[in-house]
Amino acid sequence: MLIKRSKTSDLKEHQVTDEKLYLERRQYLKKMGFLGVGSLLSGSTVANVFDLFDDDSKTDVFKQRDLNYQIAKASTEILTPETKVTTHNNFYEFGAQKNQPAELSQGFKVDPWQLKISGEVEKPFTLDYDDLFSSFDLEERIYRLRCVEAWSMVIPWVGFSLADLVKKAKITSKAKYLAFETLYDPKQMIGQRNRRLGGGISYPYIEGLRIDEALNPLALMSVGLYGKTLPPQNGSPIRLVVPWKYGFKSIKSVVGIKFLEKEPPTTWNILAPHEYGFYANVNPKVDHPRWSQRSERRITTGGIFAQNRINTLPFNGYGEEVAGLYSGMNLRKYY
Amino acid sequence: MVFLYPLANLYVGAFYDRLGADPVEQVIHFTGMGALNCLLISLLVSPLAKLFKLSSLLHFRRMIGLYAFAYALCHILNFLFFEVQFDLVLFVEEIFKRPYITVGMTAFSILTALAFTSTSKIRQKMKKHWKKLHNFTYLIALLAVIHFYWSVKSDVTEPLIYFALYCVLMTLRYDSLRRWSQRFRSR
Repeated sequence: MLIKRSKTSDLKEHQVTDEKLYLERRQYLKKMGFLGVGSLLSGSTVANVFDLFDDDSKTDVFKQRDLNYQIAKASTEILTPETKVTTHNNFYEFGAQKNQPAELSQGFKVDPWQLKISGEVEKPFTLDYDDLFSSFDLEERIYRLRCVEAWSMVIPWVGFSLADLVKKAKITSKAKYLAFETLYDPKQMIGQRNRRLGGGISYPYIEGLRIDEALNPLALMSVGLYGKTLPPQNGSPIRLVVPWKYGFKSIKSVVGIKFLEKEPPTTWNILAPHEYGFYANVNPKVDHPRWSQRSERRITTGGIFAQNRINTLPFNGYGEEVAGLYSGMNLRKYY
Repeated sequence: MVFLYPLANLYVGAFYDRLGADPVEQVIHFTGMGALNCLLISLLVSPLAKLFKLSSLLHFRRMIGLYAFAYALCHILNFLFFEVQFDLVLFVEEIFKRPYITVGMTAFSILTALAFTSTSKIRQKMKKHWKKLHNFTYLIALLAVIHFYWSVKSDVTEPLIYFALYCVLMTLRYDSLRRWSQRFRSR
């Protein structure tokens, strides 16, 4: 005879949480949270009532692959750790808070991709996904990135000179400016379909450069960082990097480059022209109306005590290479 | 305790670099929002006490107000310690040069006065002046909401929701506010 003796620690059938309830536990927690003083009590790091509505269905991590490129010369500057570069992003298409792009972009599809080069060119052409990595020589470049919000990083990008792309396009004499456009795909980019997440800016995001700026050897079309293809939150599969300008000029996930005769209207400049100019060159002498641009916080390793405040340099320290582009211009007027 | 736990949690996270890539921004935003939340909750107490006829609730006002002060103090110290990193010239310059910081600092100065006069002893000594001084809470909350609205880069939905909450809280005390303003005018 089989004698079944139950220990006191054994669970009885009725004590088992119903599977349906178990699977929906987050929903219940959310509902409870909403009734409580949710925003204050939640252990979350950001006191935000809206956190309760955020989607927690996280998709798999985006797959980056290794790139072949010419390695940069050793830099004397301390690099910002990769985890910080990829979790602290302004990419409103995937949410206006710094941590959101990394969380809300992992399902982003970048292959197939088309980058269309058009406008005042003799040879309009399109780069498909694979062309982005094979049409030009890839090299690593370690650049400082200075955000208009007065923080900065040092990032090892992988990419090719924008000038190489311009040469390939064979521009006409009318080509005086370039307009860059980010992908518009509200289905994939939550910030484009949700005004609150998207920070209330108009999409698609547009940025621009003057043709001589684009031809400067520093201007980089980046397809990777830290030796791998870009993750979505950093502008996968291809983005602009202009290190002497504030970060918002370095447009992400580019689908179009159009050569124009006139200066294109650009996203932040339209939204707040007194705060963000077309040129947006890093300039410690011209303050943002709401904060000083004289110094910046360099984001490296460590917690709050390890952040360094350093002086901001004109043109983010690239004056030798680019100051000549603006000789004779009043940089207070053309900020 | 309920109000202090998030604060302790925050600084532990910030110290161990577990607050995302830029812990400085996180601690400043968190303490700022905490102060604003406490301020609005403190304004909710007397309407609730009236509604449920629970005068005992009123005892909590001082505590919540002091927590608002604690959060606001942390908010400012975080800005001084971690954002401008003891650059006192820059700190003072920013306070006077940036309207939204001027507004925030004004709110904090008044809140400091309220915090220091919050003990029962001082309350008894100040008699009717105490009430007058502590009615400035309404102004502090308004300034705090403006400070929040002004500091936001593009999307102002959240500050507007806070402004709406503030309006609701003020409407709830419409009668006493009217009496107050009448007394002001009749003098």
